[in-house]
Amino acid sequence: MDPKLKYSLLLKETWGDRLTVETSVAPNELYLTLDPRFVGSLVEICSTLVKSFRAHFVTLVPVDERSTKRSLSVLYIFSVAHDDLFLILSVPVDPRNMELPSISTHVESANWFEREMKDWFGIIAFPNIYRLASHPDWPEDVHPMLKDFKADQKVPRVRGDFEFKRVEGEGIFEIPVGPVHAGIIEPGHFRFSVAGEPIINLEAQLFYTHKATEKIGEGLTPERTVFLAERISGDTSFGHALAFCHAIERMSAIEIPERALVSRTILLELERLYNHIGDIGAIMLDVGYGVGASMASHLKEQLLQSNEILTGSRLLRGMAAIGGIRRNIEDTPSKRQTLHDVSRNQRKSFENLVEIAMSSSSTLDRLETTGQLTHKEAFRLGVIGLAGRASGIDRDLRRDHPHCSYRQLRFKPALHNEGDVLARFNVRIDEVRHSFELLEQLEDLLSEGPTRATHGPIPSGGFALGYAEAWRGEVVHWVMTDGSGKITRWKITDPSFHNWKGVTVAARNNIIPDFPVINKSFNLSYSGNDR
Amino acid sequence: MLKFMQRFVSEGVVTNDFPSIVAEPPEGFLGKPVIDFERCTACDKCAEACPTGAISFNAVPQQDIPVKTERILSLNYGDCIFCGECAVACPNAISMTKEFQLAATKKEDLVTRARYRDDGSGKFRFVEIERHAQANDPTAQEIGLRLKEKIHKLLGRSLHIREVDAGSCNGCEVEITSLNNPVHDIERFGIHFVASPRHADMLLVTGPVTRNMEIALKHTFDATPDPKVVVAVGACAIGGGVFGTSYASCGGVDNILPVDVFIPGCPPRPEALLHGILLAVGRLSQSYPG
Repeated sequence: MDPKLKYSLLLKETWGDRLTVETSVAPNELYLTLDPRFVGSLVEICSTLVKSFRAHFVTLVPVDERSTKRSLSVLYIFSVAHDDLFLILSVPVDPRNMELPSISTHVESANWFEREMKDWFGIIAFPNIYRLASHPDWPEDVHPMLKDFKADQKVPRVRGDFEFKRVEGEGIFEIPVGPVHAGIIEPGHFRFSVAGEPIINLEAQLFYTHKATEKIGEGLTPERTVFLAERISGDTSFGHALAFCHAIERMSAIEIPERALVSRTILLELERLYNHIGDIGAIMLDVGYGVGASMASHLKEQLLQSNEILTGSRLLRGMAAIGGIRRNIEDTPSKRQTLHDVSRNQRKSFENLVEIAMSSSSTLDRLETTGQLTHKEAFRLGVIGLAGRASGIDRDLRRDHPHCSYRQLRFKPALHNEGDVLARFNVRIDEVRHSFELLEQLEDLLSEGPTRATHGPIPSGGFALGYAEAWRGEVVHWVMTDGSGKITRWKITDPSFHNWKGVTVAARNNIIPDFPVINKSFNLSYSGNDR
Repeated sequence: MLKFMQRFVSEGVVTNDFPSIVAEPPEGFLGKPVIDFERCTACDKCAEACPTGAISFNAVPQQDIPVKTERILSLNYGDCIFCGECAVACPNAISMTKEFQLAATKKEDLVTRARYRDDGSGKFRFVEIERHAQANDPTAQEIGLRLKEKIHKLLGRSLHIREVDAGSCNGCEVEITSLNNPVHDIERFGIHFVASPRHADMLLVTGPVTRNMEIALKHTFDATPDPKVVVAVGACAIGGGVFGTSYASCGGVDNILPVDVFIPGCPPRPEALLHGILLAVGRLSQSYPG
């Protein structure tokens, strides 16, 4: 049976009139609207979706629709991996009473989303009321994502201090770190509570790199927003831009030419390659294995140079476009040669690197059992992507919600169960090997044809999800257009937003000197998290 | 150990020869966009295509004439993200070159301006170039030749850099990290990245300076001992880039700190970063008393 029909019937049977079930233009999205009189059953519905339907909480999208519907709405988006379906539960919110019950006691991964919703929209998910996205010097009653707040508005700083969970006891002291760190990394503040060297508790204050990306996207044409999407997280330039393009293409039912699909898959894998290999080197560097680190950084540089030959940009920027890709990646002999080199020669260099990494028992000893995130904790917190797969969370959008050409490729997600730094190191090694194999398959799939579909105007009032399994994990965008086909709401979800809680939990009971390597093994994006 | 030796011998030296030899970027590389002013008709297509407003046309206010007959084309490499959309919109007059060493000591040096006048028939014709971007900056090669001596004299063979991310997308960080790899190997110049601003001679700042990083950036600047230089890296740090100015972004480092060198790019390639850093070393000698 068609999954959409199957779930429509199932949902009707379970909740009857409380839910209105609708399909949309996008092929695998089912919208469920909750009758406002039954807001009390929100928690029950969400927890049933997660527990009985084995749905995975993906993201939460508040939308200010006061100008058209006189209310706001909040979308709770779940993915049903085994049926390749997204269930999107829409709950109307009365502007005079901006309160909903919190679902995070049952769906822990919604916790940060609810707190961000309170800061940016003023919708309280009671009793989950703690600040997350707004810093203490931001006024309590100013919510920048509401439509009546202008993006260039000046907001005065107010007095306020960070609140951290305090650990008290004999010999316990606090170490503040950041926002400016010792290495070439992004800003964030960490507050360690330690007893000697072991970390008892770690709290992270993020959102230092908040750039109002979602807000300034509002009012832009989709074509222009692609450039903004490329700059959500620089190391995932292509992944984010692709997810955004997917959303626009799905709401407008644009058919992507075969060659563009294959090219996109190649670019996604190239992005995975350079980042994974860079991280493999960085992990070795953080435990003092200089030779391995240096070799990995050389290999990463070669891959960045290949990217530049293929696309004109080392970070694959300016490639994603609505309807396909902007420039051909395989139209000259030098590009063909480069593509071939990556999947054959770089692969040999990589195997050499792995051999050198694995030959150092002192390195492996430092990685093993360090920064362990158990399967149970990872599942509870909703950790996803490569960090999730290192803790046995078997989820990979390339298989579960196949996009681009992944349906045609032979592929099995990398999976490790230990959840330590070594497991995340090994997941990367496995995924790099897979990427090389996939690139080889993709080279054969590249057929002649157009690289970009011409398309009509973007529909007004359209909405859809767009997603891609980028190197760090699943990148999900939800986009809605206004009456003139411009963006009116754009929700960006980077895997980092799901995984930061994982870092703070994994760091517990480890010693402070191991924190850099634990952090690096997750290598989360601050900018993707803060937007 | 034998394996290492084998690899080292078989691989040889991988470090490039920048700045004495500047390798040309590959075919299709999107460097500095150049406008053929004679061919340009001031039609606005490129300005409409530009995602950051790096290209714009402004009517010149003229006394007593209600209809504006003059327009100024301005092309700002500081705001450019090198996406190539202008060249797609106007293949007739705009082309993307392979030039990427664009760092300048003054923001104004990144701007080219040309004047257009209505010839009476409603069509705009090119009149003159008002200013050319960075006419007087030395090339990387020249700077490189003078560098060794300069660093040695001033800093005892080393320049210490503190990198500060003031809200970048981390694209610039990817490229700054690349400076440490064996191919670019910035340490061969005696340049090191250090962990604390108190050890630094130079602040390498990326990002548009977010509201939440503004105070931290000022503190970092104050903690850096004199003489010091500030280098703004990337379109965001120069003028806000795609993020512009908003409640969350201050729209560029020079709104917060005095900036000595601006390095355009989104992100700048490692060689472009090196060129800018070397240029800034020249600045250091100017700001150094005696």
